[in-house]
Amino acid sequence: MDLFVQLFAAAMASGTPLLLAALGGILIERSGIIQLGVEGMMLMGAIVACLTFLRTESLALALLAVFAVSAVLGLLHAFLTVSLRANQIVSGLAMTLFGAGLSAYLGKPVSGIPMPGAVPKLYLPWLENVPAAGGLFANLDMLTWFSFILVLAMHLFIHRTSWGLHLRAIGDNPATADVMGIRVQAFRYGCVTVGSMLIGLAGADLLLAFSPTWIEGMTAGRGWIAVALIIFARWNPIRALLCAYFFGMLDTLGFRIQLLGSEIPSYFLKMIPYLVTILVLMVLGWRSRNKPSGAPEALGVPYIREQRL
Amino acid sequence: MNEGYTVEMKQIVKQFGSVLANDRVDFRARAGEIHALLGENGAGKSTMMCMLSGVYRPTGGGIYLHGRQAGIRSPKDAMKLGVGMIFQSFRLVQSLTATENIILGESSPFWRGRGWMKTKLEEIRSLADRFGLAFPVDRPVWELSVGEQQRVEIVKTLYRGADIVILDEPTSVLTPGEAEQLFATLAHMKSEGKTVIITTHKLKEVMAVSDRISVMRKGRMIASMAKSETTERELARLMIGKQIPAARPAQARSIGKPLLTVKHLDVYAEHGRKALGDLSLQVNEGEIVGVAGVAGNGQKELAESLAGLRSWKRGTVAFDGMTFKTASVRAAMEAGISHVPENRMRSGLAGSLGIVDNLLFKSYRSPERSTLGFMRTARNRAWAQTLVEQFDVRTPGLDTPVRQLSGGNQQKLLFAREISRDPKLMVAVHPTQGLDIGAAQGVHRLLVELRETGRGVLLISEDLDEVLQLSNRILVIFGGAIVYETKGCEADRERIGLYMAGLTEEGEAV
Repeated sequence: MDLFVQLFAAAMASGTPLLLAALGGILIERSGIIQLGVEGMMLMGAIVACLTFLRTESLALALLAVFAVSAVLGLLHAFLTVSLRANQIVSGLAMTLFGAGLSAYLGKPVSGIPMPGAVPKLYLPWLENVPAAGGLFANLDMLTWFSFILVLAMHLFIHRTSWGLHLRAIGDNPATADVMGIRVQAFRYGCVTVGSMLIGLAGADLLLAFSPTWIEGMTAGRGWIAVALIIFARWNPIRALLCAYFFGMLDTLGFRIQLLGSEIPSYFLKMIPYLVTILVLMVLGWRSRNKPSGAPEALGVPYIREQRL
Repeated sequence: MNEGYTVEMKQIVKQFGSVLANDRVDFRARAGEIHALLGENGAGKSTMMCMLSGVYRPTGGGIYLHGRQAGIRSPKDAMKLGVGMIFQSFRLVQSLTATENIILGESSPFWRGRGWMKTKLEEIRSLADRFGLAFPVDRPVWELSVGEQQRVEIVKTLYRGADIVILDEPTSVLTPGEAEQLFATLAHMKSEGKTVIITTHKLKEVMAVSDRISVMRKGRMIASMAKSETTERELARLMIGKQIPAARPAQARSIGKPLLTVKHLDVYAEHGRKALGDLSLQVNEGEIVGVAGVAGNGQKELAESLAGLRSWKRGTVAFDGMTFKTASVRAAMEAGISHVPENRMRSGLAGSLGIVDNLLFKSYRSPERSTLGFMRTARNRAWAQTLVEQFDVRTPGLDTPVRQLSGGNQQKLLFAREISRDPKLMVAVHPTQGLDIGAAQGVHRLLVELRETGRGVLLISEDLDEVLQLSNRILVIFGGAIVYETKGCEADRERIGLYMAGLTEEGEAV
């Protein structure tokens, strides 16, 4: 029982950055824009959080800086893909390479400096008495709680608000949404910007809460896992939560097996999440080969109003 | 001056690049009338209506609504002024429910709980009932039939408060029965004082529903009159301008030996949907077999199976003495089956490539066209040139991207490629869709020529008139099976319409 709780706690800790990144990606992709810059944006989020926190010792300022930088990156992606109608895949890949390069350069002086306890924990003693999983939730950090709220908020936003309806319409059929008087371009700008801020926050969470030392390329492919998670979760925030924790668990599993003194080389253990990504893609692809994927219909297609239909 | 006109479009000019779509067109419609805007494809009637509904902006001229000049810059502006348009291709978001689609433009309130949604559902249901438009209000649109989707569109327009309702070719996707129902709805809208404008090229419809008729031809307004002042014959003359001889009608003639025999074919489409179930048909040499039906009843899958593009689960396809075991495009081509697909720019031609390359697609392997994998360019160009001349493809040059050709010329090019292979069987799907009457007649002549030279033709079309005019035998496809067969000369339009709608003789009696 204790082992299970421990494992789940570890899965949550490692799954939260994935979850935040996937939620940001869902918001962006629901509006019809592909976002492959997750990895780079997470790295930028992490390094900005690291630099600001080391200088100011303030979590609020660090997050503020992360939001500002990610918003700028998001606006750039939106400008390229929405206004200039550049290829969304190329723009996203450029964002990833740019983020990796710049964060490595900026991170040179702070590499290896630890910064524990950046994110305060929310201690809820009354939860400890709840049997089974109660202890699990009694001592979580603020960002994890924020991610829970975010999942719920996004679910309600998508299905219970007028803007959510607009979002679903724009991602599926921008021409129709336009005729109905919804400002497609402006809405996409908003989604890409806010979604990018969440992705930046995912990077910050990775650094501040999960492994509090800057190392070059520390996301180690988590951004790509988040991109895959969006697909597994079928663009649904609640399913994103389950998928993120599942992958978080795989991530920690390798580490645990190593601790148990296994003979398997650590390189193989580190491969587990990525191998499972491929496996799950294969299994899901096979199982749902006759079903719609749940992907927004207009994902990746730039919208031009003047084009004759 | 106004005389009760709700819509007045004065001296409208619209230019697309170098093409003049509308040349100083005047158009007026009153409240409480159904006004038919009649014209061939490309006559400029849809362009006119798109300007009225804000999709395009006129290059010149003015639009007046209720006697006042209207500055319509976008569909949103038009909607505010009470103008709503129902397009031929529906503007619906497939994944949203009917109700969600209808309330999509509404911006308030921000929060939409279950209670709010429930009142909206009721409101929309009662609005739909008032105009006799039944559809499931809370199901996603992709689950609805085409007729139901059109009703959603109409309710959407009414819900947003339109008193001027434009329908662009509203019956092109409907069964005859559904069309009747639509006309009843239009009459109801008229009686509530709305201005109803329909664009169409079907004379029968115009005579059946409209009060006033305006005829357009080649971007100009030719005439406008009350229905009582005119006849079908006169309208046809006004619409076409000159009399074009019709393709020779199907005659009773000697039919050759069986060419294609399909037995008990079961085909599954995307998402595991059964598209064809136990379908059997036969095509003989020297006959045109017409397959009539409403879109989405398995026509596309039938054609694709015969062309080797789609595999079948059960059943046999025998062609000219051999039996196809599996679907293979190459085998079908080499056996002598030609295929003119329903969407010529998607699966027929490569839009960015030139005439020569498009003509070569099915014959580039032959020794006349290539040697050891190298194309015999000079020879191929000369060959393409003769085909272009023979089939009268109007093009600026042999290297012009075919995307830039008109629909009629694209179709001629496609036929040139398919016929140049000397096929035994031609499978033509909606061969005249989107073509004007002249180009359509040309296509009809080609099909008749194929028959005269002893080939078999399987003509799959939603245009019942076309099927009736050309076919020796007519089959009706419904729900993936052939439900009715008749000789071309004995065909009864009404009966075929009933079968197309899935009603049997018994159903007719009810």
